[in-house]
Amino acid sequence: MRSRQTAAAWILVLPFVILFLAFTAGPVLGSLGMSFTDIKQRDLRTPFAVEGVGFGNYLKALQDETFRKAAFNTAYFVVIGVPLTLVVALGAAVLLDRGVKRFQALFKVGYYLPVVTSIVAIAVIWRFVLAPDAGLLNTVLGWFGIDGPNWLASKTWAMPSLIAMAVWRNFGSAMIIFLAGLQGIPQSVEEAGQLDGAGSWQRFRYLIVPLLRPTILFTSVTTGIGYLQFFEEPFVMTQGGPLNSTVSVSMYTYQQFGFGNYGLATSMAYLLFVVIAVITFIQFRLLREK
Amino acid sequence: MMRRTWWIYLIAVLGLVAVAAPFVWMLLGSFKTQGELLQVPPTWLPQNATTENYDALFSKANFPRYFLNSGVVALVVTAGNLTFCSMIGYALAKLNFKGRNGLFVLVMATLMIPGMVTFVPLFVLVTNAGLANSYPGLILPFLVSPFGVFLMRQFFLGLPDDLIDAGRVDGSSELGIFARIMLPLTRPALATLGILTFLGSWNNFLWPLVIAQTEDKYTLPVALALYSTGQNAQNFGLLMAGAVVVVVPVLVIFLAFQRHVTKGIAITGLK
Repeated sequence: MRSRQTAAAWILVLPFVILFLAFTAGPVLGSLGMSFTDIKQRDLRTPFAVEGVGFGNYLKALQDETFRKAAFNTAYFVVIGVPLTLVVALGAAVLLDRGVKRFQALFKVGYYLPVVTSIVAIAVIWRFVLAPDAGLLNTVLGWFGIDGPNWLASKTWAMPSLIAMAVWRNFGSAMIIFLAGLQGIPQSVEEAGQLDGAGSWQRFRYLIVPLLRPTILFTSVTTGIGYLQFFEEPFVMTQGGPLNSTVSVSMYTYQQFGFGNYGLATSMAYLLFVVIAVITFIQFRLLREK
Repeated sequence: MMRRTWWIYLIAVLGLVAVAAPFVWMLLGSFKTQGELLQVPPTWLPQNATTENYDALFSKANFPRYFLNSGVVALVVTAGNLTFCSMIGYALAKLNFKGRNGLFVLVMATLMIPGMVTFVPLFVLVTNAGLANSYPGLILPFLVSPFGVFLMRQFFLGLPDDLIDAGRVDGSSELGIFARIMLPLTRPALATLGILTFLGSWNNFLWPLVIAQTEDKYTLPVALALYSTGQNAQNFGLLMAGAVVVVVPVLVIFLAFQRHVTKGIAITGLK
């Protein structure tokens, strides 16, 4: 009985295992190996005939002015972008769950729409939305007498613009998860708070938010992992400019790959991977404590 | 009470306008002439509605080809995920075999591995296998996804074991039980996985950008990104129309099947 199951299991598992070894496990280890070598584009056909350089690529990356700038920009994007996304998502979820009873499904689907669309297409559209004179945003600001800047050409405003776009595109995803979380909170919890004389803000702050803690933690990590890899936005909207003010770690990694510096590119990707792994690990620890 | 409701709906509607405005702007802009797109202040409705941008997409630029490439890649990737993820998902959920837990941990661990980490060695591998700039090169790395495995496993876990036991009593083979009894019950999960995979593949950017080297292998996002950063960067009408071609099929599919999408997020907490 048991051996029949084992045989069937291996047949069912085999395609996954083969594809996984070839296209995930292999490259993950390959990346690690390559990051310690001087492999360049000319070694493409002979990937094993390269010299080891120890931690040379890592040192080179960490000393590289542009990489540091990219790391700073990526941190900026994550540290500002993630909380903003979650605040908007939670706000929208509470609005829909507690306030909007009629047409709730319509609003839910509407807010979620940008999540399923191509970031490249979104970035192309937003370039026009953010255009200095003929752009949608500056036109709307003009109605209120505000003279908007040339968003994407400004060292100060380019990054906030990318963050705003990311919030706009991604909040729907966290909102759906928050909605599921809110619907899991029994009505009686809020009624008890109401009896104790807590106002709606107090009930939200001291009853709802603590109950949503695991959900908030989870969405902040998944959103954070996504934002750490942001790539399409600067690729399409700013090409990393002006003056590298929007170049991200992913984008710089891709550029180094484009220059043929495969070893250096993989070391940069691995640095990013380590950050992501650490954050994921911390999340699991925090969730287990509760 | 009435007044409070009124305010809440106003905020909700303003939010919807903010979400929809860029899409409407894109759609209207795609029917404007280059001159009108540069006009200050900008117009909302096209003054001389024209299809010249779409004509250019189809004649000057090779968008039908990119559309076909995106569609073929997305369909094959989706078929692969439906097949392989349900197979391993069933094994992980319902069959006893050595190494099951280890395999599951491995799947979960790869959920967080970014494409950025693997793309360089993957590029070396695929190039040396002679698959650079080919459909198999675009497709093979995406035929299974840890997300899909997780989704299918979770769904199979929720199905009762009695059905499997009954099948065994009837003398069905293990694979027969999977294919004929259990798999048909997962239709909702397959629908969710199918749509999410299709959308993910349609929107995928980094890998096609790396591996599609000649224009005839570009997918839509690659073509749009390269047009928008290349010599067509100032051809606003063309880019707007291109964005429409990338976005509209996705919106149509999503709106038709949106219940499956949101259900999938509820099951897994991901995407």
